[in-house]
Amino acid sequence: MNLAYRDIRHNLGRFLLTCFGLSLLLGVVLSMIGIYRGLVEDALTLVRTPGVDVWVVESGTRGPFAESSRIPGDTREAIARLHGVSAAGSITYQSIETRHEGVKLRLYVVGYEPGRPGGPDRIIAGRALGRSHYEMLADRRTGLKPGDRVTLGRDTFTVVGLTDGQVSSGGDPVIYLTLKDSQQLQFELAPPAARREMARGAGPGTTDTVNAIVARVRPNASADTVVETVQRWKHLAAMTQAGQEIILTRSVVERARKQIGLFTAILLVVSAVIIALILYTMTMDKIREIATLKLIGAPDRTIIGLILQQALAMGVIGFGFGALLIITIKDYFPRRVVLQPEDGLALAAAVIVVCVISSGLGVRLALKVDPATALGG
Amino acid sequence: MSTAKQQAPLVSVGDVSKHFGEGSTRVDALREVSLEVYPGEVVALLGPSGSGKTTLLNVIGCITEPSSGRVSLDTELVYDGRWLRDDLRKLRLEKIGFIFQFHNLLPFLNSKDNVAVVLSLAEFDADAASRRAVELLDYLEVGHRKDAMPAKLSGGEAQRVAIARALANKPRIILADEPTAALDSQRAGIVMDLLRKVAEEQQAAVLAVTHDEKIFNRFDHIFHLRDGRLEAGHG
Ligand SMILES: Nc1ncnc2c1ncn2[C@@H]1O[C@H](COP(=O)(O)OP(=O)(O)O)[C@@H](O)[C@H]1O
Ligand SMILES: [Mg+2]
Repeated sequence: MNLAYRDIRHNLGRFLLTCFGLSLLLGVVLSMIGIYRGLVEDALTLVRTPGVDVWVVESGTRGPFAESSRIPGDTREAIARLHGVSAAGSITYQSIETRHEGVKLRLYVVGYEPGRPGGPDRIIAGRALGRSHYEMLADRRTGLKPGDRVTLGRDTFTVVGLTDGQVSSGGDPVIYLTLKDSQQLQFELAPPAARREMARGAGPGTTDTVNAIVARVRPNASADTVVETVQRWKHLAAMTQAGQEIILTRSVVERARKQIGLFTAILLVVSAVIIALILYTMTMDKIREIATLKLIGAPDRTIIGLILQQALAMGVIGFGFGALLIITIKDYFPRRVVLQPEDGLALAAAVIVVCVISSGLGVRLALKVDPATALGG
Repeated sequence: MSTAKQQAPLVSVGDVSKHFGEGSTRVDALREVSLEVYPGEVVALLGPSGSGKTTLLNVIGCITEPSSGRVSLDTELVYDGRWLRDDLRKLRLEKIGFIFQFHNLLPFLNSKDNVAVVLSLAEFDADAASRRAVELLDYLEVGHRKDAMPAKLSGGEAQRVAIARALANKPRIILADEPTAALDSQRAGIVMDLLRKVAEEQQAAVLAVTHDEKIFNRFDHIFHLRDGRLEAGHG
């Protein structure tokens, strides 16, 4: 006869309500972890999409994402000629705002040279950029569809294809243009003074500037060697793919990461306290029954079993509901929520541990109950 | 009951004292109490509130260790230093049935399972426990309520289910704390008849605390407690 189960069944409504409350709490914890993962993943998307080994940026910067970087467009040819480099491409990055069908769109524009590294890794609808002007690829999250026409700067662009999951570290959906179009856009959107300078071909920039050069190295060559070589040129800096990813996670999302991490930790502590309180109250409510059980000769393990099994049942059901809830609604979050099985398992394990430790409180109380209290004074 | 006294007593209490607290807060709940109860006997423990009735019941019931004195149950000396808490628990499970003032049924089990739970603690298999529980409920004439939850039982029914639970493991010693206090005189009479029947059929000793004057005439012997001391009885 399983006493834990029978007691739960007797107070089923109340037990399920408690589990439901707990599941909301654990759902929030799980979604915080998911948001945290999503943040990191979003931040790394643009770095990983080109699938390159080396990043070349302006000297003295940690660009193109963490700091701004501008280098001459012809740098790409020099990089491509380096020993060990198999392919190189120029890239521009910029944020812009526009309107489409009356709705404000915040977009992150990536300009690249079709046929060279820097473009999207996968197109889920439509086709790749075919002509050198006025075509764009848009991410699914922009809400745009192939055939849509969008005004950027002074020109109107036609969406020819869609990508999936391409967002900036700020969460804005990405569009891809040809390098020439994006350079034109950067020129048009620059402040007037800078624009005059650029048009004269003076100063640090001409219109042919890019933000970074990405390069792939041959299988038998070393990215580190390429980086060392580029570092020797005094107007350029370079880093490996791994180095760029570290910059991204360390600087761009670090604060948000810490913020969410801390919040998640607080939520976990709150959950632990609430679980402990619930279990303690559940035991308090059963003092008389526990005293009676002791009096009629129930061993300690029967009583520990009663409390522990209910604690675990609550933890498992609460976590199960919570996980289900978040899996169901995660796609409605404005930013990506990434639920990794290992995070779920870790949280489940944490909940189980908390339940076991918290039920220790109830068990201590239960074991101290004097069976004489069942007889009354 | 002269025949009973030829056997060894089932409950034997010798010079038992029990005090709670020390110094100025010291309460002497029992002072050198001695009594014996024989198989087949139904005896009452009588006394004003605070006279030590419940404490004596707890001492006999292996719940409260006396400060001094001897207690033997079924010729076995308990509390002699060899007994651990868990041994006392097993002794309670095997030898003693408790009946409470308020029935103390487990609210989450139906009548049958409230009885069967004792048997499952005594490691009966589920079928045997269930069968014996139904038999006992029939014996106590509440068999028709075997599937009812305690909250749905009347006071008399609940007390009879509680007695069935007390009897489940065939204990030789039955301790009852005001078993009829919550019942009217007719139902109280039925409960006393049942206890008498059990004492005779199972050669058990029944020790009941009571205030209930309407049932005084049903006991073989009445022990009077006053300020923790036993007075000369009659019966
Ligand atoms: N656990 C305890 N701690 C302190 N005093 C107690 C305890 N149990 C009983 N007493 C005291 O012992 C005396 C006898 O109590 P009890 O046996 O409950 O009396 P009765 O059941 O006859 O009313 C009372 O004065 C009571 O206050
Ligand atoms: Mg009392």
